[in-house]
Amino acid sequence: MPAVLVVVASVAADALIDIRDVTKTYGHGETAVHALQGVSLRVDAGEYVAVMGSSGSGKSTLMNILGCLDVPSRGEYWLDGSNVARLSEDQQALVRGRKIGFIFQSFNLIPRTTALANVELPLTYAHLRRAERRRRANRALELVGLADRTGHRPNQLSGGQQQRVAIARALATGPRILLADEPTGNLDAHSTDEVLGMFDGLHDDGRTIIVITHEHDVAARARRLVQVADGRIVSDEVTR
Amino acid sequence: MSPRDLMGAALRGLTANKLRSLLTVLGVSIGVGAVIVLVAVGNGSGKAVQARLEAMGTNLLTVSTTGGGGGFQRGQAGPASQQYSLTLDDAAALADTRLAPDVSSVAPVMTSSGSTATNGDTSYTVSQVIGTTPAYMPATNTPVGIGSSFTQEDVDTSQRVILLGQTTATELFTRPASAVGQTIKLGAVDFVVRGVLASKDSTGFNDPNATAIVPISTLRATQAGYGALSQIVVQAKDTDRVDTAQAEVTQLLTARHQVPANQTSPFRITNSAQILQTSQDTAATFTALLATVAAISLVVGGIGVTNIMLVTVTERTREIGIRKALGARRRTILGQFLIEATLLSLIGGAVGVGVALIVTRFQLAGVQPALVPSSIGLALGVSAAVGLFFGSMPAHRAAGLRPIDALRHE
Repeated sequence: MPAVLVVVASVAADALIDIRDVTKTYGHGETAVHALQGVSLRVDAGEYVAVMGSSGSGKSTLMNILGCLDVPSRGEYWLDGSNVARLSEDQQALVRGRKIGFIFQSFNLIPRTTALANVELPLTYAHLRRAERRRRANRALELVGLADRTGHRPNQLSGGQQQRVAIARALATGPRILLADEPTGNLDAHSTDEVLGMFDGLHDDGRTIIVITHEHDVAARARRLVQVADGRIVSDEVTR
Repeated sequence: MSPRDLMGAALRGLTANKLRSLLTVLGVSIGVGAVIVLVAVGNGSGKAVQARLEAMGTNLLTVSTTGGGGGFQRGQAGPASQQYSLTLDDAAALADTRLAPDVSSVAPVMTSSGSTATNGDTSYTVSQVIGTTPAYMPATNTPVGIGSSFTQEDVDTSQRVILLGQTTATELFTRPASAVGQTIKLGAVDFVVRGVLASKDSTGFNDPNATAIVPISTLRATQAGYGALSQIVVQAKDTDRVDTAQAEVTQLLTARHQVPANQTSPFRITNSAQILQTSQDTAATFTALLATVAAISLVVGGIGVTNIMLVTVTERTREIGIRKALGARRRTILGQFLIEATLLSLIGGAVGVGVALIVTRFQLAGVQPALVPSSIGLALGVSAAVGLFFGSMPAHRAAGLRPIDALRHE
């Protein structure tokens, strides 16, 4: 495995994410849906990218592929120097756990489980020892300002608080990329500001953030805007 | 994920829906409990039958004659049956250790039924008066409870002494202990009560305690006359030698009565070891039958585990998706759900064992259950296996879910 990484690193230069001519087709024959039709995208470490598009534009498919939740039908996806499509199911799980932190629209916390246990979960899958897990999870919750809510269950937290727990969970493993899918879609204006403010702070700390959204004011906070329509990238510009 | 973490996740999963988990546990515990209890009942009834047979006496051969020597000696039925009737000389020959080395003791038996015993104003019809020798008591496992047995000397001198069965003694004297030394009338003849037999468990329809035993010579002189013996009771030297003793008895009697070689033996020899073996086989079949029925209920409980785990997996598809997105590997998910299923059935198994331990303390359908220790281990092992087996299908389904599909699940 380390040997492969060395070889690959020389090929993929220093881009963190390198998508090359990726196609994704669901179904077969006449009912086939071409969600992505040849998308290429490079994201360097430390970038803050917003991917915008209307519903059905293929931005969710792009997000799934970026997050190793799905594999492209054709094309290559190089993440941090390794070709994701070539990895086994378990290796993909490992990549998800180590390199990517997910933030979902519907928070996706495990129900009936405390905030602390939720944040500990990815650390558990990364085989960390109990004490280390607890320490890191507590620090992540502190970072999102929920140090006093560690014992609360998701249904005892507001939407904004739940999303902050989710951000803490995404940060806990120290991932290379933070992948947020409509992170403010279920939040009120105040919580939206809180979450976006948090993203700004993370970007200032040098994190790579990719936000998928259809809201302009969310996209406006990013430094680079990628627009997707009909399964193709229609514009890619540095905004700030 | 460490085993401890897996266990924690599984426990949280189970306690999330307590009623459902409880009902599934109930299904398994009924199965496991049924296996243990029914096997114990089968085993208990087998032991009861064995105990009753052992009360009749072990190593025991009962020789009687079927009377006729077969149909071909037409018109000679009388002489033929006399030819084959058992005599005191037969008994004496069987007791000869040179002729029958595997025989330890022999008791000739004559019976007379329906005699009336009287003690003053109280009378009682004794269902069976047995005339025999002292060897009869140890051979047939009929110990004297109060007083003492009569002796060979009593037999030789035709003493009018009598041993009363428990029922007979109670009927005549109310308190059996007060009977010893008293004189009763049997028919018109006075007998001195030597002892009272210990109580025996019933082996059939007759009350084995409604008897009286007298020396065979006395019975012949006073009640039954000098006809043929009813039977000869033969005790083998050892349980292992019952069969050889039976062969010796058959050979000896065939020779003494000059039974033609082409004729079926007119003597019927009942071998208590064979009866015991037969009844043990019957009991084993009975136990196997009960265990099969119980095993079916265990399988039904196992299907309950599958059912509930399938529901759980469907219900928690989204959670599985989240876990996979957070880096859970296939075998981690598999392990979590397998442990949940196994815990369900193991808890069910433990509860079933506990209930079975309590239930088997009581008589069930007139049988005192006898626990088979191995059935407990087996039932627990099977319940764990049931969890693994019946839980593997839902667990594999959960582990095989693609994260993207699982996350989209509503």
